[in-house]
Amino acid sequence: MTAANMFLDAAAEAGYYALFGRSSGPQIRGGEAAALVRLGVEPITSVDDTFDIMLAIDWQGVQRFAAELPLSKNSLVICDPSAGDVPEVYVKTGAKIVHLHMKDLAKEIPGGRPNMIALGAVAELIGIPVGPLTEVLGKSLKKKRADAYEASVAGVKAGAAAAATLGGSKRLAAAKAKDAKRWTVTGNYGAGLGAIRGGVRFCAAYPITPATEVLEYLASALPKVGGVFVQAEDELASINMCLGASYGGEASITSTAGPGLSLMTEGLGLAVASETPVVVVDVQRVGPSTGIATKCEQSDLNIAVYGLHGDAPHLVVAPNSVGDCIFTTQWGVYLAESLQTACLVMSDQALGQSRAIIDAPADVAFVGKRLAAVAPAEGEVFKRYANTASGISPMPIPGQPGCQYTSDGLEHTETGTPSSQSSDHTLQLDKRQRKLTNFDYGNHWATIEGEGDIAVITWGSCTGAAREAVERARADGVKAKLISLRLISPIRPQHMADALKGVKKILVVEQSHQGQFTRYLRGEYDLPAKPESLSRSGPLPMRPGEIHARLLSMGK
Amino acid sequence: MTSCESTATYTAKDFKSEVKPVWCPGCGDYAVLSSITKAFADLGLAPHQTSVVSGIGCSSRIPAYTNTYGIHSIHGRALAVGQGLKLGRPDLTVLVAGGDGDGFSIGGNHFLHACRRNVDITYIVMDNRVYGMTKGQPSPTTESDWDASAMAPPGGTGMTPFHPLAIALASGANFIARGFSGDPNGTAQIIAEAIKHPGFSFVAIMSPCITFREEQRDWKNTMRNVNIEPTTDPAQAARRLMTDDGFNCGILYRGDRPAYGKEKKATNAVSDLDREFTL
Ligand SMILES: Cc1ncc(C[n+]2csc(CCOP(=O)(O)OP(=O)(O)O)c2C)c(N)n1
Ligand code: SF4
Repeated sequence: MTAANMFLDAAAEAGYYALFGRSSGPQIRGGEAAALVRLGVEPITSVDDTFDIMLAIDWQGVQRFAAELPLSKNSLVICDPSAGDVPEVYVKTGAKIVHLHMKDLAKEIPGGRPNMIALGAVAELIGIPVGPLTEVLGKSLKKKRADAYEASVAGVKAGAAAAATLGGSKRLAAAKAKDAKRWTVTGNYGAGLGAIRGGVRFCAAYPITPATEVLEYLASALPKVGGVFVQAEDELASINMCLGASYGGEASITSTAGPGLSLMTEGLGLAVASETPVVVVDVQRVGPSTGIATKCEQSDLNIAVYGLHGDAPHLVVAPNSVGDCIFTTQWGVYLAESLQTACLVMSDQALGQSRAIIDAPADVAFVGKRLAAVAPAEGEVFKRYANTASGISPMPIPGQPGCQYTSDGLEHTETGTPSSQSSDHTLQLDKRQRKLTNFDYGNHWATIEGEGDIAVITWGSCTGAAREAVERARADGVKAKLISLRLISPIRPQHMADALKGVKKILVVEQSHQGQFTRYLRGEYDLPAKPESLSRSGPLPMRPGEIHARLLSMGK
Repeated sequence: MTSCESTATYTAKDFKSEVKPVWCPGCGDYAVLSSITKAFADLGLAPHQTSVVSGIGCSSRIPAYTNTYGIHSIHGRALAVGQGLKLGRPDLTVLVAGGDGDGFSIGGNHFLHACRRNVDITYIVMDNRVYGMTKGQPSPTTESDWDASAMAPPGGTGMTPFHPLAIALASGANFIARGFSGDPNGTAQIIAEAIKHPGFSFVAIMSPCITFREEQRDWKNTMRNVNIEPTTDPAQAARRLMTDDGFNCGILYRGDRPAYGKEKKATNAVSDLDREFTL
């Protein structure tokens, strides 16, 4: 992983875009792990169908990754003969196999390590010059350990020299020179940054894979901007601490994954009923129960949309690329604060734990702001839950004289007094629904690309693969349009109708065994045609080829 | 304790709301409400600078009856809500209140961790050794042989009652006291001391449920004010609490652990954070 991170940095230095996902076994530390990297001269938002190069330092447990490391006969496998025979699953792919004596070459260098030989070799094969590599090594090692730096540079050079004689080069198109306006970010850190950009100053959370990095980021970044981070005793405490802080006027966030989201649903109901803003980033993993904690699926959709008890309108949004985790989380904070309700940001493992080289994100102006309250005139009572036309009621911040009220999860009157009358219940339900339905979400509700009489509707991390499939299909003469929903709930019927004008066939792409997204779309939207569903479980990422093949058969 | 900027002085009445309590006539919780509002007034606090946070139960209805920034949250989560509020807004006086079922059963885990964490809030539990709101089931503090409930097996639950004060001590609580709703003035004094004490302070207030545990009317004869000097020695406090019969009122322990939470101070602009991601 260290070498892969350095490789990515060097590629960025050389001007390439990249997407780097990781896959590991169930071990806590060490053990078998694979670094999956894709490079290009344009931004990359998807994995590819197969890998061009597989470099194996050893074969420990590597068979387990066979499905995640698809190879073809055009692929190149580089391995150390001292590691033993190439496992049958990889031989069967027909890939070209070449030997590189990584261990021996490393031994010739004092302090040399095989992973540096590997790093130099791969870089050479795809055409990343030694310059950016040594630059990166310098940044991470030079100051701390001069001897390690020397050994690493020697290793990289030896690896590159050895690879030059291997044949089978997989050179990339030349990249533009390094652009100062590029970022390197993971989806989880991006979500944390987006939260702070949106105004979040409080986070209470409980660790859970694959959401923990959101918390790690916030734990270190929040105090710098005057915010507070607390490690709570569980998810019940997390969400409720957030509600307390939010009631006090601090925009608040927590992050979790499926099992934690289940524990939070009662608290989310309180946020809805008491109209207290709160944001939860759910980094989806494979479920049900503890499922597969380190891998991706999009199967928390049902609980996100329908998991709350009672009629509980709330916001559900979803980022559709690693970089978009920044924007969508920021937007989620803005929406939650503006609408005084809960907003779920449905990220997923493939977005959250992948590292990407992206164009610097725009600094957008979405900062959460609540509708401020004014103290009532002498003798009048303050109506915290006033039935306004927009459905949004002014919200005081404790400390403001004259606006004392009790925030309540019990149904209440406009003043907040508990009430069991049907008229109060209907009035408040209407109000809480109306504020969400009538809000202007602008064109952020979806990412829409291309034109055609087929529409591919998708969400989350499937978006990248769908985009690439649509592009490939276009080259084959099949015209399709990509619609990736960012605002999952509430629905936008008119916007969707506009986006689907002229569309004759629909393909819904998602990573869920039950087709949760397909069902959701069919249940909530008037679609012009019965959609075809390309829906399968995780943990293997959706590949462009699968979608491309479906588009070709639909285009016939 | 939070300093009060306002020069106006408020009376206990200013801390009461217009909302009429749903409590049964004779419920001990009325007196607890009076003790809380009296303590706020005695401390010179202002309604807009105080907050009363609760969970769910008869006793947890209390925020609506106060004229403060109240939160009536969900069953068992009041301490989490209250700690979040205080950490987000250290300038407010935050009082968390509720019942024994709310605090020690569904909310038991939060109770342990609130004692450990030591956020500067005051937690009041109106202990009636029963679930009032759901009509008379045994709670964690119910005597093991109490079986006058549709949900308790004949002969009682057979479970050892929870000892909230001893558990609070073992979990690291910094201020431990017991009050009795039949002595509202004494209880108001204890609450005021608890609010003034830095860090987490825990006050169990014996508050009879005359509807489901009529025999608790007799508490006025059994509860006693011990008037002892609060110890700062946890070992002595432990002895005191382990030999306690549940009827001793007063401040039983005062620790000196510093309160949790750092001062909130921005050292960077939000745009500074971008640097970590730029190549
Ligand atoms: C999650 C959840 N479970 C159960 C309930 C039902 N419930 C409401 S109050 C209560 C017990 C209250 O007892 P206690 O905290 O002792 O308060 P009291 O009514 O005696 O003052 C229960 C079980 C609930 N509201 N929420
Ligand atoms: S049921 Fe008991 S605790 Fe509830 S209001 Fe009546 S007397 Fe008080």
